[in-house]
Amino acid sequence: MKKTEHKLVGKSLQKSPTGIQGFDEITGGGLPTGRPTLVCGGAGCGKTLFGMEFLVRGATQFNEPGVFMSFEETIEELTKNVASLGFDLEDLVRNKKIALDHVHIERSEIEETGEYDLEGLFVRLNYAIDSIGAKRVVLDTIESLFAGLPNQLILRAELRRLFHWLKDKGVTAIITGERGEETLTRQGLEEYVSDCVIMLDHRVNAQTSTRRLRVVKYRGSMHGTNEYPFLIDEAGFSVLPVTSLGLKHIVSNKRVSSGITALDAMLEGKGYYRGSTVLVSGTAGVGKTSIAAHFAEAACKRGERVLYFCFEESPNQLMRNMLSIGIKLEPWVKKGLLQFQATRPTFYGLEMHLAVTHKIVSAFKPDIVILDPINTFVVGDKDMEVKTMLMRIVDFLKANQITALFTSLTSSQGSLESSDAGISSLIDTWLLLRDIELYGERNRGMYVLKSRGMANSSEIREFILTDHGVDLREVYIGARGVLTGSARMAQEALEKAEVLSGKQDIELRKRDLERKRKVLEAQIIALQAEFESEESEALKTIETSQDVLKRLGQDNINMAESRKADNDNISINRLKR
Amino acid sequence: MKPRKENSAKIQTKKNPVTMEKDKWILRLYVAGQTPKAITAFTNLKKICEEKLEGKFSIEVIDLLVNPQLGVEDQILALPTLVRKLPVPVRKIIGDLSNTERVLVGLNLLAVS
Repeated sequence: MKKTEHKLVGKSLQKSPTGIQGFDEITGGGLPTGRPTLVCGGAGCGKTLFGMEFLVRGATQFNEPGVFMSFEETIEELTKNVASLGFDLEDLVRNKKIALDHVHIERSEIEETGEYDLEGLFVRLNYAIDSIGAKRVVLDTIESLFAGLPNQLILRAELRRLFHWLKDKGVTAIITGERGEETLTRQGLEEYVSDCVIMLDHRVNAQTSTRRLRVVKYRGSMHGTNEYPFLIDEAGFSVLPVTSLGLKHIVSNKRVSSGITALDAMLEGKGYYRGSTVLVSGTAGVGKTSIAAHFAEAACKRGERVLYFCFEESPNQLMRNMLSIGIKLEPWVKKGLLQFQATRPTFYGLEMHLAVTHKIVSAFKPDIVILDPINTFVVGDKDMEVKTMLMRIVDFLKANQITALFTSLTSSQGSLESSDAGISSLIDTWLLLRDIELYGERNRGMYVLKSRGMANSSEIREFILTDHGVDLREVYIGARGVLTGSARMAQEALEKAEVLSGKQDIELRKRDLERKRKVLEAQIIALQAEFESEESEALKTIETSQDVLKRLGQDNINMAESRKADNDNISINRLKR
Repeated sequence: MKPRKENSAKIQTKKNPVTMEKDKWILRLYVAGQTPKAITAFTNLKKICEEKLEGKFSIEVIDLLVNPQLGVEDQILALPTLVRKLPVPVRKIIGDLSNTERVLVGLNLLAVS
């Protein structure tokens, strides 16, 4: 099995890496080695640059010298033009890494008499290739010949010969061609170069332009077939293989704090999931950016890197505004943990935004990305496109385990639960901020609309911006409905008063009772004393009367004895006593 | 298409002597080897020059297979190419020069005659 695999690898098409970011990924390794490739596109779409970068990267990174044969720009112009991208052509030419040749052809200077061929071009090209041992060749734009030479029959035959010759020579070539009306190139170059065709496009949609690249054809190789956005900036070309992303990203169980303790408490006390996507939506001025800033500050305090895209405010304005609620972002910017990226959404097209985001994120490697706000992308009727773009951003960030926080402005007319960009299905945790207008004042309320994978609180909290940040308060929910702001305070005061008066009442009653008991006890004591005195008096009386009786009896006995009365009578009297 | 030094040298020896400095015509014929087209072009050129510019011209034949770097200066693409270096302005005529009338137009010789 291993052997056959090896054989297959050996047989498959050899490719020359271009060194252009992203392009080698789409084509599975670059351009076909030893074959010509046609790069076509309209004016100003970056054909020349594509060719030049192919050569420069080849010379500097892959040790493959190259020849650039220009039919339009002079060598000086070319050198100056690409110097802005950081390519030092003069140095490369001096070191025999690159050979430049400018072919100039002027129709008015030329008179045609009889048979001819383009051997002169071949000789020059051959000379240039051999002088530096070139492996790569760029012919930019060979179609200029059609304007310079009147005899098209000869020209076409010679071009066919040229491409064969290039193949025989074994150089990897790029031939650029202006886009035609119905054909890929104006002069039908695709007839001659049919191994690999790449189309560059520069499209303007709703006043914003986007560059796109598509591999139309790649004989003998698999390739991505979509249109990929690309951008040209100070680092040259970069193509984004964004649509190749799948839903295979790794998920994390780790949690990150939102920076607001009360909000964390609503999310199981732990905050968001790392690598999840958080949306903060709400009407104007409800504090979406404040939540974002809190998140950013908390992350920086943990030593994480934060990338903050602001599409509405300048970084300085944002920092100043956040200072008013006690969030200091500037020190983190200075420390390099926080990076602001401020651009107007209309500055360039959606694809370009995506490309830029991609690029900056790859360069900065943040733990958290904030996009504030996303709905500004929706210009005109581009919902679908915006959704696709955001989906790509979400996918890209998730694949890189980056926690994303988006803010979105919702209009107060429509349903609050449908964000403008229509990305609700992409969102893991959705915080909704809303106004609560009551008793002539406007307050902010916040609740967690959804939070995938956690038991979030379902309460509506009142959202207060204080000079030390965001604070969440319990709202008053009672017999009178939901109350916020001063109405809530009034209600709370009222309740407090009621409670207080209730307490006082109880106290009063208690005291009353105590008093009554004391009175009663005093009465009891008095009565007892009275009774005691009466009792003792009565006892005394009883005693005296008994004494009297005793004495009477004794007297009777004494008297009887003295008169010597009947004994029986005496004993009866004694018994009676 | 290997360079043949002897042939190109042979052609170059056929340079005509310059007689008049002022009206000197300097013509350069670019070729790549002894191709039939190159030979035809040279023959035609010699004939025309001898008829129209008797004694005041010089022809330099440059074989690009021998000196490929020389083609850059005159921006040579098509072969054979005849370049009129002097008198100015520089003019270029491509092809085997079989159409005499067009060659004369190209060299601006029709007016002279």
